[in-house]
Amino acid sequence: MNVPADLRFNTSHEWVRLEGDIATVGISDHAQEELTDVVFVELPAVGRAVDAGDPTAVVESVKAASDIYAPIGGEVVEVNPEVEADPSLVNTDPYGKGWIFKLKVKSASDVEGLLSPEAYIAQIS
Amino acid sequence: MSDLLKRTPLEAAHVELGAKLVPFAGWYMPVQYTAILDEHSAVRNKAGVFDISHMGQFLVSGEGSLEWLNKMLANNVAKLGIGEGQYTFLLNESGGVIDDLIIYRTGADDFFLVVNASMIDEDLAWFLQHKPESVELRNESEAWAGMAVQGPESSAVFAAVCPGETLPPRNGISKTADGSIVCRTGYTGEDGFEFFSSAESGGDYLKKFVAAGAKPCGLGCRDSLRLEMCYPLNGNDLSPERTPIEAGLGFFVDMEKGDFIGRETLAKQKAEGPATKLVALMYTDKGAPPRAHYTVLSTDGEEIGELSSGVHSPSLGTGIGLAYLPSVYSKLGTEVRIDVRGRQFPAKVVKKPFYKPTTKA
Repeated sequence: MNVPADLRFNTSHEWVRLEGDIATVGISDHAQEELTDVVFVELPAVGRAVDAGDPTAVVESVKAASDIYAPIGGEVVEVNPEVEADPSLVNTDPYGKGWIFKLKVKSASDVEGLLSPEAYIAQIS
Repeated sequence: MSDLLKRTPLEAAHVELGAKLVPFAGWYMPVQYTAILDEHSAVRNKAGVFDISHMGQFLVSGEGSLEWLNKMLANNVAKLGIGEGQYTFLLNESGGVIDDLIIYRTGADDFFLVVNASMIDEDLAWFLQHKPESVELRNESEAWAGMAVQGPESSAVFAAVCPGETLPPRNGISKTADGSIVCRTGYTGEDGFEFFSSAESGGDYLKKFVAAGAKPCGLGCRDSLRLEMCYPLNGNDLSPERTPIEAGLGFFVDMEKGDFIGRETLAKQKAEGPATKLVALMYTDKGAPPRAHYTVLSTDGEEIGELSSGVHSPSLGTGIGLAYLPSVYSKLGTEVRIDVRGRQFPAKVVKKPFYKPTTKA
């Protein structure tokens, strides 16, 4: 199971990579494996303000549509046009090219409230 | 919760083969083994096997069976020779669909019916309510395990698992030496067969079909495969409020054979043209996968219906769906919009089916 040590995780399977006050968000390897073939990603509007827990994007497989929640509060500053063009990147490279959106976070310390890789592994094991 | 779910006789074999079993229409069934796209493609290009043990099997026999079934069902049972099967409908008095099923003739007055899992009790009650004394009707749904082996390589799978046996011709039925029933039918559009064995031997057969090259498939891709063919799913695309004429399935109704339950409404619709029709809609551009119950709008923004089924077509790589729309919107090429969470994606009415299989028995 691929759970990178430098990320934080949401209980609803989003990952966060914090660089300065910018948080990159995607879904975990475990989540993409559960969802299987992603065929569509609905991205949020740039500039949208979100609170932690807000449904912010939608990832759809053949089987079902799944909401992607903002793990922390902030403003959407960038979205990944590549996953819109090729949704399978979410499956093939969930922590790299499969990222979904970036937030300018309100408070960088909010990340502390998310799961550590160890805690996330415990949740999905 | 799981205590209330019905269990398939193939459960142990599924677990051994690595399936993910989930609650599905009251049953604990595999919805996917690996991924829907993989399994879908295996059936279109090679061979796949599905558990269909949840489906119901009725045996009808006795003097007058044929005449009685011809009153109960919309297609013409008299057209069946022994060993042949046909797709047909069980209708209510107003011509609405109670169930769609396949009936096979196994003797002069002997018939084998395969009905939808969710409708076993309702079908049985409707049949028994109308059944004369001379006809015997047995519900054998619990006794049979069922597997559908589908795909261009399905004949080779059959030859490997049942050496010395011959597949019946398209839509036909036959029995193997060990008493299993083989039907050359399916729900995917590909060549293939449906295999009913005793519940006890089902798991062994499933493993044999897999060992012979059929990819184990969940019911998830069975839905995408059938929708690409515009095969209706009862409860979604068929209902007691819709007739086979509205569903565009008049080919499976015989208006010339004499009276049958529901005939009056169908005759009227045939004469006047139905007010609504089940149309095939395909996205004209990329969009979020269409799904059942999404609203369909005209290009003017007027709500004109909702999808009865929808899926991202794995074979075509785009959204497809079925919807009952006012007949004025049923013309091929008519442009509509499908609403997905407030966003509208353009689609148009296309010819059925969405996909044409490359091989067929």
